[in-house]
Amino acid sequence: MRVAVQEAPFDFGAEAETFARGAGGAGAVVTFTGVVREADSGAMACMEIEHYPGMTQKALEQIATEAISRWDLTDALVIHRYGRLAPGAQIMMVATAARHRVAAFDAAEYLMDYLKSRAPFWKKEILRDGSADWVAAKDADEDALRRW
Amino acid sequence: MEVLYFAWVRERIGLPKERVETSAVTVAELVEELKAREERYAAAFADLSALRVALDQELAEFDAPLAGVREVAFFPPMTGG
Repeated sequence: MRVAVQEAPFDFGAEAETFARGAGGAGAVVTFTGVVREADSGAMACMEIEHYPGMTQKALEQIATEAISRWDLTDALVIHRYGRLAPGAQIMMVATAARHRVAAFDAAEYLMDYLKSRAPFWKKEILRDGSADWVAAKDADEDALRRW
Repeated sequence: MEVLYFAWVRERIGLPKERVETSAVTVAELVEELKAREERYAAAFADLSALRVALDQELAEFDAPLAGVREVAFFPPMTGG
């Protein structure tokens, strides 16, 4: 298991390749990447991601450990960035490796649902006119946790 | 104890963290003490349903006891991913 919280960009291809190579015994590897979406108005200059340094790593490790035990994963990877990110930039990625496909997909969805609502990150959209808005959590994100 | 604020809670209160001497028994009591201090705290803590709390970096509830806790953090619901 690897959990990284970093400001720097990551190389999705290289990370996925290394992860898949190291996932001994797995028949399935699933990867997901989150990308900074352009606001509907097209007015967003960048996304600023704040986090809680002492807690973030620990919270992500707890979430990944739970996923590994629940789906008997052979490995899991979580990378999440913070700081200012331009539209189109990669924010985060998860990867899961399991003996079978369904477990790898489900575990990746679980990781995404939990790190959306239970890892201490907060997003702020900074618009081209200099104004800024904190992204509000959605009820749907909280509801998504109930399916697990 | 250290009290930390994140996202719009930090912006409303105007600082990222501070040391607070308190005899509050629960998180809710600490919140009441802070609200009584100044308007900016009252504004930040006006709606507890819009806030989350972590005690020593673990998510907790507002009725949780503060005994032995060194770090309390207040923040809005998280928006990772």
